Amino acid sequence: MSRPEIEKLQLERLQRVVKHCMNSPFYKKRFEEINLKPEDIKSLDDLKKIPFTTKQDLRDTYPFGIASVPLEKCTRLHSSSGTTGNPTVILHTEKDLQEWAKAVARCLHMVGLRPSDVFQNSSGYGMFTGGLGFQYGAEHLGMLTVPAAAGNTKRQIKFITDFGTTALHAIPSYASRLHEVMVEMGIDPRKDTKLKTLIIGAEPHSEEQRKRIEEMLGVKAYNSFGMSEMCGPGVAFECTEQNGLHIWEDYYIVEIVNPDTLEPVAEGEVGELVLTTLNREAMPLLRYRTRDLTRVLPGECPCGRHHKRLDRMKGRSDDMIILKGVNIFPIQIETILLQFKELSTDYLITLETKDSNDDMTIDVELNDMFTDDYGRLQSLTKEITRQIKDEILVTPHVRLVSKGSLPKSEGKAVRVKDLRKTF
Amino acid sequence: MTVHQLSVFAENKSGTIQRVLDLLKEGNIQIIASTIADTTDYGIYRIICSEPTRAYETLREAGISVNLTDVFAVTLENEVGKAADTIKLFSDAGIDISYLYSFMLGNKGILIFRTKDSDKAREIIMLNKLNFVAEKDLSSLI
Repeated sequence: MSRPEIEKLQLERLQRVVKHCMNSPFYKKRFEEINLKPEDIKSLDDLKKIPFTTKQDLRDTYPFGIASVPLEKCTRLHSSSGTTGNPTVILHTEKDLQEWAKAVARCLHMVGLRPSDVFQNSSGYGMFTGGLGFQYGAEHLGMLTVPAAAGNTKRQIKFITDFGTTALHAIPSYASRLHEVMVEMGIDPRKDTKLKTLIIGAEPHSEEQRKRIEEMLGVKAYNSFGMSEMCGPGVAFECTEQNGLHIWEDYYIVEIVNPDTLEPVAEGEVGELVLTTLNREAMPLLRYRTRDLTRVLPGECPCGRHHKRLDRMKGRSDDMIILKGVNIFPIQIETILLQFKELSTDYLITLETKDSNDDMTIDVELNDMFTDDYGRLQSLTKEITRQIKDEILVTPHVRLVSKGSLPKSEGKAVRVKDLRKTF
Repeated sequence: MTVHQLSVFAENKSGTIQRVLDLLKEGNIQIIASTIADTTDYGIYRIICSEPTRAYETLREAGISVNLTDVFAVTLENEVGKAADTIKLFSDAGIDISYLYSFMLGNKGILIFRTKDSDKAREIIMLNKLNFVAEKDLSSLI
């Protein structure tokens, strides 16, 4: 598709989706409040007249308040892992799921995967969209799929060797882990497996990390970008040029705005990614603020595709942490820590890469030496660890430190130190 | 029969113990015995000193996480096997000892230990007429 073709299609779809959104109690009210009518959207430029949608809107209308179709037309929902306040819920109709599978299949096809490939998915299945999202996409493409799901590394490797897996989806830190265990098992991934393509995403990583993984496993590794609010994987994907992620503009309208002023940034500048879904039925989102910081790469891609390219994500415009593919807000951790009277209100979250694994350490201050018993101190840290794990689904290393040794809560204390080499 | 012991939360980083020692020095408090075990992230620095209550207040005011714990302090004759004979009395009575350390003071040995069965431990000390250090003796020990 050429640029004019893309933009023509975008306008048609935008007008259709805005009209459809009037079935959503949330959007109907929003439009009425500012006296905006679907007919007012006459050009792509008119998109600016529509107010932004935020994660908070999704929480406020939890669970089904934004839906644009009756619930009986929906066939699946996905929900975010976070449980601070309300989680976010995304509904899908049968058609939405088909469209999603097509978008993922298009990504996989772009990097050279064909029905003759064997595709193994090491994502968690269930609510995590990287599981079912890739599953249906890979099936739609016609590959033999191995829904190995997360964990059990030795079994994962056995599947790779026994089933002749050629393409694998894994978060970057897990790809490194697989290599480690392969080496321990005496398996040379270059000689003893048929792996050639790796899909990595859901976890920030640097170009150096990608190169290292490619070198270790003897594969080409392609970046994938998605988020549950936008279905999941399949939003943007690298082509074989490995230089920027093509975002499917027949599915989404891309805007990059300054997160403070919410005005569009100059071409090629970094800002917050704002997306409008163009062909979603159950729950279209108009001008959704993703909070991800990136830019649109200028110029044409040598691959010949005209869909815009997003640069690697540069960070977040909020304080969300992405660790092992899980989205975590510091407030989730803080809420738990505040319940422990033995601790002060100060804490420090440190993220670092240890042995190619991303780890989270949480330093907490012991406020009151309530015991002289090691066992009691240890059970305190165990209990804190357990409660945090239940909340954020990642096991942190909780470390007790002396009172007064952490930055104070007055003013803007540094709560998160990210030492990972990522953005 | 029991004395107050300071238990200080000691993070594994340089200067932690120094700070406690400096504060006690400034407060003119003398240390009689102290012990610390090494663990990964932190230790508990246990101290017997001349004026435990004042020491506790001093450290607390300086923002140090400290606990005041009752421990038994039994005095032994300076003879081979005395510790073994004494501890046997407690273990025979089924009393578990959480931790124990000992030191020599003048010509006497002193066993410091903590147990969750303090009532039973008191009984053993009384029945066997063991010598012990009391809180009020601490300041005159040195």
